[in-house]
Amino acid sequence: MSNIVEACNVRVRFRIHGTLQALLKGSKDPFIDAVRDVSFSIREGETFTLVGESGSGKSTLAMALAGLHKTAEGSILFNGEDITKMDDEAMQSYRKKISFMWQNPVGSLSPRLNVGSLITEPFHIHNLKQKDLKAESDRLLQLVGLPKHFSERYPHQLSGGQARRVGVARALALHPKLIIADEPTAGLDVSVQGEILNLLNRLQDELGVSMFVITHNLNIVRHISDRTAIMYLGRFVEQGDTDNIFAKAKHPYTLALLSANPEADPDAKINRIELKGEVPSLMMRPTGCEFHTRCPFVSSGCSDQFPPVLNEGKHWLTCHYPR
Amino acid sequence: MILLLKRIAREPMGLFGLVLVVLIILSALFASVIAPYDPIALNIKERLQDPSINHLLGTDQLGRDLFSRVLYGGQVALKVALISIASALSIGVVLGMLAGFGPSWLDNLIMLFFDTIRSFPTVMFALAAVALVGPSLGMVIVVIVITSIPNYGRVIRTQTLTIKNNEFIQAERVMGASLGRILRVHVLPNVMGPLMILASMDIPTVVALEAGLSFLGMGVKPPTPSWGSILNDGYTLIRNTPWPIIAGSIPLILITLGFTFLGESLRDLIDPKLRKNL
Amino acid sequence: MSDHVLSIKDLSVHYETNAGVLQALRHINLDVPKGSIVGVVGESGCGKSTLISSIIRLLAENATVPNGSIEFEDEDLLKLGQEEMRAIRGSAMSIVFQDPMSTLNPVLSIGRQMVDVQYRDNKTYAEKLQRSKEMLESVGIPDPAGRLKQFPHEFSGGMQQRISIAMALQANPSLLIADEPTTALDATLEVQIVHLLKELQKNMGCSILFISHHLGVIAELCDFVVVMYAGEVVEEGSVRDVFYHPAHPYTRKLLQCDPAVIVEKSRHLPTIPGEIPNLIEVPRGCVFRDRCDSALAQCATQVPEWDECQTGHFVSCHGVDS
Repeated sequence: MSNIVEACNVRVRFRIHGTLQALLKGSKDPFIDAVRDVSFSIREGETFTLVGESGSGKSTLAMALAGLHKTAEGSILFNGEDITKMDDEAMQSYRKKISFMWQNPVGSLSPRLNVGSLITEPFHIHNLKQKDLKAESDRLLQLVGLPKHFSERYPHQLSGGQARRVGVARALALHPKLIIADEPTAGLDVSVQGEILNLLNRLQDELGVSMFVITHNLNIVRHISDRTAIMYLGRFVEQGDTDNIFAKAKHPYTLALLSANPEADPDAKINRIELKGEVPSLMMRPTGCEFHTRCPFVSSGCSDQFPPVLNEGKHWLTCHYPR
Repeated sequence: MILLLKRIAREPMGLFGLVLVVLIILSALFASVIAPYDPIALNIKERLQDPSINHLLGTDQLGRDLFSRVLYGGQVALKVALISIASALSIGVVLGMLAGFGPSWLDNLIMLFFDTIRSFPTVMFALAAVALVGPSLGMVIVVIVITSIPNYGRVIRTQTLTIKNNEFIQAERVMGASLGRILRVHVLPNVMGPLMILASMDIPTVVALEAGLSFLGMGVKPPTPSWGSILNDGYTLIRNTPWPIIAGSIPLILITLGFTFLGESLRDLIDPKLRKNL
Repeated sequence: MSDHVLSIKDLSVHYETNAGVLQALRHINLDVPKGSIVGVVGESGCGKSTLISSIIRLLAENATVPNGSIEFEDEDLLKLGQEEMRAIRGSAMSIVFQDPMSTLNPVLSIGRQMVDVQYRDNKTYAEKLQRSKEMLESVGIPDPAGRLKQFPHEFSGGMQQRISIAMALQANPSLLIADEPTTALDATLEVQIVHLLKELQKNMGCSILFISHHLGVIAELCDFVVVMYAGEVVEEGSVRDVFYHPAHPYTRKLLQCDPAVIVEKSRHLPTIPGEIPNLIEVPRGCVFRDRCDSALAQCATQVPEWDECQTGHFVSCHGVDS
C-alpha cells in the first residue's frame, strides 16, 4: 500500500504579539509553536487517528493538512506533491481531492441553504454545474442513508445525527481521496455515535477513501482507526498501529488517557494513572521531556534532557522511561 | 413573506403599523386618481381657505388644494426614501462586507471613510452641496445616500465579523469557495434580516430629512409639492391660518408611526432572542 | 422528616408553542435520598434540562405545570412564592452548570465573586474571604489566597469548573445539582472532577443530583440512577441494579451501544434505530414502543405503569413482571 499523505517535521507557529510589541518586551520569539516536529504518513484507504486533549494542537495540524494554516517548517506530501509549496491554482485542485468534516454538525452547515444545495455546494464551487445536481443530491443522500425528501430541509430542522450525515454527504460529493474529520462524534448522543461510526466505516469499505480523524474520545478510536497517534503540547508522544497502542501502550501519557476512561461498570477496578496539574502553556514549554510536569513516573533526566525516540517500525514513541 | 405579514398582523402594534404603511403607499401611488385637484394649479380666489367638503385640508396662500398637495408630496417623499435607502443599502452592504471579511488594511480604510462621513452633520453637508450645485431632488437623494452609507455599512460589518468565524464559513473556505461566492451565498442572506429592519425604521428618518431640507428651501424646487415645502409655506402663514402646517405635519407623523411600528414588530419576529414563544 | 432530600412525584411540565402543547415532562417520579448521589441519564430531548429548570423553578415563560409536586426538605417547591424560592436557591440548593466560563462573571475577580455569593451570611468581609479561601483549598486549587485575586480567564477549564463547584458548595447546600459538569472537559480532567465531587460529597454530606449522558461517569460516581427517555423516567434504581440488571429495553440498548463498553474492535457498532417521538403529539401507549424489539400488543394502547420490579428498582415497561 502506498502512502497518500507523508508529513515530515511539520511545524505550525502562531504570532502571539506584533513585531513592535515583541521589541518593546524584549522577547526574542514572538511566536508559539502549536505543532512542532510532527511526522506521520497515511496509507491509502486507511484511517489515521490523532488523539489529544484540548489545546494539544490536533485541530491546528488538521487545518494545516487542509491547507488552511501555513506551515513554518517541514513538508506535507499529498500523492507526492508538497502542499505547503502549492500556488493558488494547485491548492484549488488539491481542495477538490480532499474534504473536511467539521466538529459542529449543525454549525458547519450554511443556515440559509437547504440540504440539497448544501451537499451540491462543492459542484458549484468547482464549476461542475453541468452535472445533474438533483441526481447527485439524491445519490449522496442515499449514500449516507437519508431519504430523498431531506433535500428540502434546512439545517435547523435537522437533529445532530442527521446534520452529521449531511456533513458526510457533502464531504463525499466530489469523490475525495482523503477525508479530514474533526471530532466526528462530538455533540452526538451515544446511540447516534455508533450510527455515524458505522457509516464512516461502511463508506470507507465501499469507496476506499483515506481518513484522518481527530478526536479526544479514545472509545471510538478502537473501532474506526488503523493507526493512531497521541499528541501532547503540539508533539506526537506515541504513534503506531491502533491495536498495538491499545494493547501495549508505553508512553505514560497514553496510559493515563487510556485509564481515564470511566467504564459503565460500577464495580470496575481501574488501575488509574492520574495526571497531576494542568497542561502547561505553549508560551512556556517545559524543559527536557515536555510531559515531565504532569508525569506520574517522572525520574532523573526527565526534566532536563529531551527524551529519546524509540522506533520499532510499527510502534514509535519518545520517552526516557517507557512502561 | 406572506407568513411573516400574517404574523405581524397578529400583533395589534404590527397591524396598526402595517395598515398605516399600506395606506400611505397606496395614497401616494394613486395620488393622481384620488387627488381632487391639480396640486400646482393656482386658484387665487380660493386662497387660504379652512378645511371644507371641497378642500379637505383647506388651501394655501396661492389657493392650491392642500389635500392634493399632501398626496403628491407623499410621492416625492417615498421616491426619495426608496431610491436613497436602496442605493445606500447596496453600497453599504458591499463596503460593509468587504470591511468585515477583507484584510485589516481594507477594513481600516473603509472604516476611516465611514467615520469621515459621519463626522459631517448631515444638514451642513447638504448646505455645502446646495451652495455648489443648487437645490434639486437629485441632490437631496445624493446627500442622503452618502450620509446613510456608514449606518448600513457599520451594521453589516459587525454582522459579517460575527458570521466570519462560524464553522460553515470555514467549511466553505476548505472546499475552495471564492470570496465572492462566500459573501454572496453565505454571508449576505444571514445579514439581510437585521438590515431590512434597520432600513424600514430608517424610512421615516429619511422622509423627515427630505422634508427638513425642502423646508429650508434646499430640497425639491417649487412648485413641486413636498411635505417640507408645505410646512415652509405654512410657517410663513402661521399668524393667518394653522391649516397648512397641520396638513404638512399629519403625513409626517403617520409615516413615522407606521414604519416605526412595522419595523419594531418585524424585529421582534425576526430576532429569536426577543421571540417569546420559542 | 422523610429520608429524601428531594422527592418529585407525578410531575408534568408542558410548553405552549406555536405548533401546540409540547409535553416535555410527563408524570415524572424521582427521589434523591439524603447523602447520596443520584445520576440522571438520557439522550438529548429526554427532558433533562426541563427537569433541572423545574426543580430550581426557573422555567421558561411559556411553561406550565399541570400536575405533580417537587418536595424539597418536606416543602413543595411548586407552592412557594418567588421570594421564598429565592431564599432556597444558592443556599439550601445550588447548581453547577456545564460551561464554567459562562457561569463565572468575566469582569470580576474570583475572590469578589465568591464573597458576593455569601451575601446572606452575617459575617465580615475578612471572614467571607477566609471562607472562600478554604473552599478553593477544598476543591484542590493550589495557592488559594493568591488565586482569589485572579480573573476567570486566567484559569484553565478544569480550574474554572473547580471554582464553580467551590462557589456552589460554599453555603453548605443540602442538594447540589450538577448539570453535565464534566462534558466540556477533557478525559483526564473529567476523572479529576468526578473524584473531587465524590470526595466533597463524603466530607460535606450533601446530596448530589448529577445529570450526564456519559454512562461511565455515572457508573463511577453515583449511588442511584434514573434513566429518562422522551420526557419520562423509564427506570430508577441503585447503580448496580440498573447497570447489571437493566429492566427497561431502552436502558439495555443504551448500555449496549456505548462505544466504551465494546472492548473488541468492531466495524459495526450496535445502535438504537428510529427517533424520539414528537412530544407535541405523544403517541398512545408506551413512548419507546416504536424502537423496542420486544414490544407487546398492549404496548400500543396502554401507558405502562411505574412498578417496583425488585426492592428499590422501579421500571415502567409492560414486558417486566412486577
